[in-house]
Amino acid sequence: MPRPPSKRWAYPVIVIAGKVEPGQAEIVITMDVLTLSRLQFAATISFHYIYPPLSIGLGMMLVIMEALWLKTKNPLYHQMARFWTRVFALTFAIGVATGIVMEFEFGTNWASYSRYVGDVFGSALAAEGIFAFFLESGFLAVLLFGWDKVGRKMHFFSTCMVCLGAHFSAIWIVVANSWMQTPAGYHIVDTGKGPRAEITDFCAMVFNPSSMDRLFHTLCGAWQAGAFLVVSVSAWYLLKRKHEAFAKASMRVGLAVGLLASLLQLVSGHTSALGVAENQPVKLAAFEGLYHTTTNAPLTMFGWVNEKNEKVIGPAIPGMLSLLAHNDTAKPVTGLHEAAPDPKDRPPVNFTFQMFHLMVGIGFGMIAAATFGTFFCWRGLLFRKRWMLWLLVLSVLGPQIANQAGWFAAEVGRQPWIVQGLMRTSEGLSAVVKANTVLASLVLFTFIYLLLFAVFVYLLNDKIRHGPDDADLTPSGKLALPERRNS
Amino acid sequence: MNFGSLDLTTTWFILIGVLFTGYAMLDGFDLGVGALHLFTSKDEERRIMLNAIGPVWDGNEVWLVTGAGALFAAFPNVYATVFSGFYFAFVLLLVALIFRAVAIEFRSKQPMRWWRQMWDVGFACGSLLSSFLIGVAMGNIAWGVPIDERGEYAGTFWTLLRPYPILLGVTTVSLFMMHGAIYAVMKTEGELHDKLRGWINNTIICFIICYAVTTMATLLYVPHMAARLRANPWLFSIAVVNMLAIANIPREISLRRDGRAFISSCVAMAALMGLFGLEMYPNLVFSNPDPAQSLNIHNASSSTKTLGIMLTIALIGVPIVLAYTVSIYWIFRGKVKLDRMSY
Repeated sequence: MPRPPSKRWAYPVIVIAGKVEPGQAEIVITMDVLTLSRLQFAATISFHYIYPPLSIGLGMMLVIMEALWLKTKNPLYHQMARFWTRVFALTFAIGVATGIVMEFEFGTNWASYSRYVGDVFGSALAAEGIFAFFLESGFLAVLLFGWDKVGRKMHFFSTCMVCLGAHFSAIWIVVANSWMQTPAGYHIVDTGKGPRAEITDFCAMVFNPSSMDRLFHTLCGAWQAGAFLVVSVSAWYLLKRKHEAFAKASMRVGLAVGLLASLLQLVSGHTSALGVAENQPVKLAAFEGLYHTTTNAPLTMFGWVNEKNEKVIGPAIPGMLSLLAHNDTAKPVTGLHEAAPDPKDRPPVNFTFQMFHLMVGIGFGMIAAATFGTFFCWRGLLFRKRWMLWLLVLSVLGPQIANQAGWFAAEVGRQPWIVQGLMRTSEGLSAVVKANTVLASLVLFTFIYLLLFAVFVYLLNDKIRHGPDDADLTPSGKLALPERRNS
Repeated sequence: MNFGSLDLTTTWFILIGVLFTGYAMLDGFDLGVGALHLFTSKDEERRIMLNAIGPVWDGNEVWLVTGAGALFAAFPNVYATVFSGFYFAFVLLLVALIFRAVAIEFRSKQPMRWWRQMWDVGFACGSLLSSFLIGVAMGNIAWGVPIDERGEYAGTFWTLLRPYPILLGVTTVSLFMMHGAIYAVMKTEGELHDKLRGWINNTIICFIICYAVTTMATLLYVPHMAARLRANPWLFSIAVVNMLAIANIPREISLRRDGRAFISSCVAMAALMGLFGLEMYPNLVFSNPDPAQSLNIHNASSSTKTLGIMLTIALIGVPIVLAYTVSIYWIFRGKVKLDRMSY
């Protein structure tokens, strides 16, 4: 192999301003408006997406805990609901604060996209505001501060409404995003200042080919995030021999929801894959690094895609991909060359492949953790198996990493399109925003989010160390049972 | 002026006005409480101030989120031009709103003095900066910003900081401070209540001065708004309602009818926003120096079909939202008492 000239840099060169001569570096990453805007969107959405799944999942857990309390009148469930409400409040506040950023960013960084899709995408966002956010944040007041102001049933109703609001927000935002993946129910109209998409059929837009599969998949991921947070904290208390009655009860609820959500996620993952195979063959090919249409297509367990010689290195199960994508090993799965003959129409294959496999791998790991945990719990062995408890302490990271990796796979897998087949990401940028401005805001957001994350972890840790409040074992105010008040 | 038959674009112009007015009335008071936060000195007083807005502030902020969402859906060109054009101003607004939100949640979670002081400053500065920037944005769309023939913003960040928008920013801060002070008086009792009562007159005087200067500046230097007023003298009746509402505030406060003072303040805000809307109509963003490029309800709106669908959604959703918002405010009526669930 010839030695590269001395001026040639072997490592990737990041160019923010100025130019690199051709041949001077192996990989040149130009920090233009496009790259910076994509980085900023990726950074802000990734950070934001730590919190909504927790709101959805923990919201669900709170509903279950309060329902158990109402049914059994066991004060332990009241203590659980109170403790997890405090954790919920913490995640909710950051979720709200970082969520507004997302809504504004469509306009600030992706103005051309906003003009193009406002008619369609904007309606889903507005519906999210009216149907979801008001419900969620309105009843949050009663959930957090209403314990002594309203009766048990009214409080339970409010908790249900917060949970419902969180689920509604998932519905509308996933509908909006799914329309970007599989646009439907629209037509393109020339307005004089350029073409744009307009709704022709609202129902077809909402129930576009991928929206329901992806909604179910997202919700399962959110339930897992909530359930495994509860499992993880309970396991930690059991290891430290603190709040044991509380931890055992929380663990049972957490494991039950965690197991159910993990198994549903398996079903949902499969139906989503069928949908991707049908509607977005390029993305499916990128998920598996499949360059050529193949019958009896193999499913790689894990590995590396060499994008230059178009080969995948890693153990594979023959025929499995055909089976998963078409329910038939003999059927061909479309490869990248056939689905997107022009390499410019393909996403970065190895990155998409890695994110997809990370998500699937963790998905199976969560099923294993939940199954073993439930089994040991059922046999009454769990609370003595320290290695298993340690594993469950770590399990909180699983859904979080899988949720992030899943979104990366879904969004990077759609590239180079911002709206599949209609608009390229590079065409969606704001016309008037300069690279330096985006760089400044990117640095600012990164700094603030790192700070927020540090404070969040610090306060969460503090709440967990403080543990449940024993005063919560006797409900006060309007929540107290009449007979208790007399005794 | 002629509204013509009340078509969908005009309806959405009004609805977006209603959403932003709702935002001003509701988040206005908690931004105002935030702006006054550092004037209180004792920890307990600050906690009472925070808990006065505690249960409702994030519901209030949803009015902004929904307003922006509705703008995106109904007038995508306005949303795109304004948000990308005012890029850095909006980034600063976001930063201010983030700090404000998390400061409320984080502040009382730790007992350390430096911790609480840090988040108190974050809360107050975040509230001040967001009120100011909202006013600056309003000032810019009224004064007019340079817009090119593609409908894109043609100025810079500094273009936004001209005297008139800054004046409107300051006026907004003073308006929210007055509104917040009235709300705080309504929600507190005892020593803090008396102290806040003493501040109200100052906030009212401060607001009236800002308001008078803004009105003069608008009549003298914003010709398109002044012309609208001259052509439609009946608009002065709204201005009269506005002044009467403002004048009624000190009266109600001295009669110790704090609730009515708060309602007067809300009426004053609604009249101000109504006047602003009527002077702008049919423009959403005025173009200066070339008025022909202004973004209005005709060249910036979504398709009639989408506006119709959105109207259906609003007609189903908004009454429900109003019903439970009112119920929740009812549950949390009365004076603030600190308990162990408080911030």
